[in-house]
Amino acid sequence: MMVQFFMRISLKQILLLFLCLVSIPYQITAANTDEKSVLNLKSDIVQHYADIMEAQYSDSVTAALRLRDVIETFLKNPTANGLTAARNEWITSRQSYSQSEVGRFYDGPIEPLEEYINAWPIDLNYIDYTVGMPDSGIINQTNLYPQLTQNLLLGANQRQGENESEQEAERAVSTGFHAIEFLLWGQDLYADTPGRRAYTDYVKTANGPGRNAGRRREYLQLLTQLLADQLQAVADQWAANNPTNYCARFLSAPPDAALEKIITGAGNLSSSELAGERMLVPYTTKSQENEQCCFSDSTHLDLLRNEMGIQDVWLGSYTRTDGAILTGPGLITLLEQADPKLAAILQQQLETTIAAIRSIPAPFDQAILGNDSTPGRLAVKKALDALQAQNTSIVHAAAVLHLRLNLKN
Amino acid sequence: MIGALLKTFLLIIFIIVSGWLIRADESATNSELAGGGTTAFDATRNAFSLSARNLTLEHHTPYTIGSFFFNESWLAATLTPSDRDGLGPLFISRSCFACHTRNGRGQPPDSFVPTETVVVRLSVPGRGPDGGPKPEPTYGLQLQTHALPGFKPEAKILGAYQLIRGTYDDGEAYYLRRPTFLLSDLGYGPMQTNAVISPLVAPAIIGLGLLEAVPEESLKMIAAQDQKRADGISGQLNIVWDAAAKQLAVGRFGWKAEQPNVRQQCAAAFNGDMGLTTTLYPQENYTAAENICTNSPSGGQPEVSDEILAATVLFAKLIAVPARRDRTNEVVLRGEKLFRQLNCAACHVPELETGNMAGFPELSHQLIHPYTDLLLHDMGPGLSDRRQIFQASGSQWRTPPLWGIGLVSTVNNHNYFLHDGRATGLSEAILWHGGEAENSQEQFRRLKKNDREALLRFLQSL
Repeated sequence: MMVQFFMRISLKQILLLFLCLVSIPYQITAANTDEKSVLNLKSDIVQHYADIMEAQYSDSVTAALRLRDVIETFLKNPTANGLTAARNEWITSRQSYSQSEVGRFYDGPIEPLEEYINAWPIDLNYIDYTVGMPDSGIINQTNLYPQLTQNLLLGANQRQGENESEQEAERAVSTGFHAIEFLLWGQDLYADTPGRRAYTDYVKTANGPGRNAGRRREYLQLLTQLLADQLQAVADQWAANNPTNYCARFLSAPPDAALEKIITGAGNLSSSELAGERMLVPYTTKSQENEQCCFSDSTHLDLLRNEMGIQDVWLGSYTRTDGAILTGPGLITLLEQADPKLAAILQQQLETTIAAIRSIPAPFDQAILGNDSTPGRLAVKKALDALQAQNTSIVHAAAVLHLRLNLKN
Repeated sequence: MIGALLKTFLLIIFIIVSGWLIRADESATNSELAGGGTTAFDATRNAFSLSARNLTLEHHTPYTIGSFFFNESWLAATLTPSDRDGLGPLFISRSCFACHTRNGRGQPPDSFVPTETVVVRLSVPGRGPDGGPKPEPTYGLQLQTHALPGFKPEAKILGAYQLIRGTYDDGEAYYLRRPTFLLSDLGYGPMQTNAVISPLVAPAIIGLGLLEAVPEESLKMIAAQDQKRADGISGQLNIVWDAAAKQLAVGRFGWKAEQPNVRQQCAAAFNGDMGLTTTLYPQENYTAAENICTNSPSGGQPEVSDEILAATVLFAKLIAVPARRDRTNEVVLRGEKLFRQLNCAACHVPELETGNMAGFPELSHQLIHPYTDLLLHDMGPGLSDRRQIFQASGSQWRTPPLWGIGLVSTVNNHNYFLHDGRATGLSEAILWHGGEAENSQEQFRRLKKNDREALLRFLQSL
C-alpha cells in the first residue's frame, strides 16, 4: 500500500521536494541575517524601554520632592493660598507617576511598593476625622498612637513577617498619594467641588479639627517624605549601569522575555486596570468612591496619563517633565516589520483613545452619573470603546510578535 | 536504481514526518488543558490571576467588577454612604486578596508571627441551629484576629511546631512538623474549656466554577465505585445546609466540603473574614456575649449589595486554571504512572467532566483535570482537627484539588501545604496522609529516591 502511494507521486512533486531540500541551506542563511537584525532591534527596544522607565521614575521622584517642599512651606505658615499651592503641586506630582504605571503588572521593582505609594481606596477613618466622627483616625487617636513614625504608617506594627505574602496580607491603608490627597482636600461630599478641607485644620486651636493640627502636620510630613523615598527606591532599581539592580537583570534576560514583560505591563494597564477597574467599575457602579482620585476630583488626569504611558511604550517616545524628549524604537517599530497594517491601526487607536479620554468632562465622578445618554456617560463609554479596540489590537500584536501576553481579564 | 534510492529516501522522510505528526497529535490531547476551555498558559506569579480564557464578552463586565471588589480593601464605614464600606468591627482581613494573595494559598502562623492568611474555626460539642457545628458561646464559629480602632480583636493565634523524625525505607531521614496552635490575648473573657479550634489556611481559588459544575451524580458515582472496590478507600459526600435554598445540599467547597456552592462560600467569607453582611448572612459576625456596642456606623443593609455579591461570585467562578507543564517529560510521565500505581488517583481523581451550568457556557461540558473527587475521606488521627462539621468528622477532609499545586511557590513564595499549612513541601504533605491514604503513603515511603522524586516532579507539573 505504501509502495503504491509512492508510485503515485508524480515526477513534478519529486522535483519540487528536491528543490525544497536543496534550497534549505540558503533559506537558513537568509533567515540568520534577518534574525540577527530582528534580535538587534529587540535589544534596542528593551534598552530604550529601560531608559524610559528610568526617566519616568526619576521624574516621579523630582515631582515628589517638590511636593514635599511645597507642603513643608505650607505647614510652616498655613494659609489658604499655601494650601492651594500644595494641592496644585499634588496634582502635578501625580502626573509623572500615573504615566509610569505602564511599568506595573509584571515582576518590576514597583510591584512590592505600589501598595504603599498608590494604595486605593483608603480607609479615611484610619487616618483622620470624617463627617460625624470627629475623633477618628491615627491623627486624633493620641492615646492609641502616641508616637507618629514611618513604621506606624507602614503598618509595620502589625506586619512583622519577612516574606512578601505576609506583607501583602496586611494592606497598608495609611500611606501614599491618596492619603496625602485626603489630608489636603478632605472628604469630597460635594457635586460641584472637590473636598473642602480648610487650611485651619493645620492651625493649632483649642477645639475642632485644629486641636490636633500638630499631629496632622507631622503625619503629612511623614507621608511626603515616605513617598519620595519609596519612589527613589524604584528609580534606583531602574538606574543604568548598576550591575546589581533590576535594570541589569532586565537587560541581561533574553530580549523576548523582556519584551513579554513590556507588553504585559502595557496590555494589563490598558485592559484590566485602566479600562477595567478605573473606568468600567465606576461607570457601571456609578459610585464616586470607586474612582481613583475621589478627594481632589483629578481622576480624569490619571486616566489620561495612564494612556500616555501606554503610548510612550508603544511609540518609544517619552517627554520628560523638563521638556526633554526621549525617542527611540518602541514596540511599534517591531510590529511595523511584522505587520505594518496592524501597526498603523494600533498607532491610530492610541491617538483615538487619548482624544476620547481628553473629552471626558471633569470631574469624573459627575461624568459617570445619570442615564446612559448624558454627555458625561456617553464620553466615558466612547473612551471605553476606544480602549477595547486598542486592547484587541494589542492582543493581536502580541500574537503577531510571538510574545506571550496573558491579560488578566 | 535511482528510483529505488529515491523511494527509500522518501520512505524515510515519510516515517520521520508521520512520526512527528503522531507526536504532535499526542501532545494536542487536552490533558494539558487542566481547566478545559478556561485553561490559561501562564506559569508566572500571575498564573492564578487570569480570567477563564473562554470568558464570554457578556461576562467581562461583571468579572471586572467582581475582581475589583475581591482585590481592593473594604473600608470602615463612615457616615457618608458608600458601596464598599462596612468592614468589621471584627475581622480577619480587609480584602479577599489579602488571604488569597494573587488568588493563591495562605500560610500558617509560626511561633513569632501570627499570620493573616489563616482562619481559626471554633466550636463546642453539639449541633448548631443549621445542623452544623455549635458556636462557642462567646467567640462564635470563627476567631476575628483584627478589629477596627476602638474595638478589641478576639484573639491572636500562634503556632508551635514539634519536629518528628521519620525515615524513608532507603534510610533517608525526614522531619514532619506537628503543630500546636495557641491562642493568646483573648479579648472577651475566657473561652469554654471544651472548645475545639481548627486553623485553616486560605486555599487557592482557581477553577471553583468548574468544580461547582461537576454533576452531583458524578460525585455519587465515585462514592459508589469506592464502595464496590472495597480497597479501604471510601469517599463520602458531605451533606450541608444551603442557606439560600433553606434545605440540605451536597457540600463541595471548604476544607471539609462544608459549603454547597461558591455563592454561599463567598457570602460566608465576607461575613466571617471581613465582618460584612449580605442578604444571605445579614447578621454581623460578633456574638451577643461580646457585648459590642455598635455606635460605629454601619455600611448599609446589607453592607455588600446583592449586585456586588453576584459579581464577586461570578469572578470567583471564572478564574482560569493554569495549564500543565512538562507533561511529556519522561520523569514526569514516570511520576504520573507511580501516582496511579500508589492509588493516589483513587481520591485525587485526575479527570472529571462538568455538566451544564445555566448561563455559564465557559464552565459547561468541560473535560477537566482537577485531581479531586470532592468527597470526604478519613485521613487518620494525625491530621484530625477533632471538629465535626455536618457529616465530616475531625479526621475526615475533602480531597483538595491538586491542579496548580506546582505553581504555589511561584505565585505565593512559599511551600506550605495541607489544611493548616504544616507541611513544608509536597513530600511532607504526602507523608502526613493517614487513614484511608495510609497505604499509599506507606508505599511512597518505600519508594526509591529517584521514584519519589519522579512522583514529586509529576505533582510539580500540575
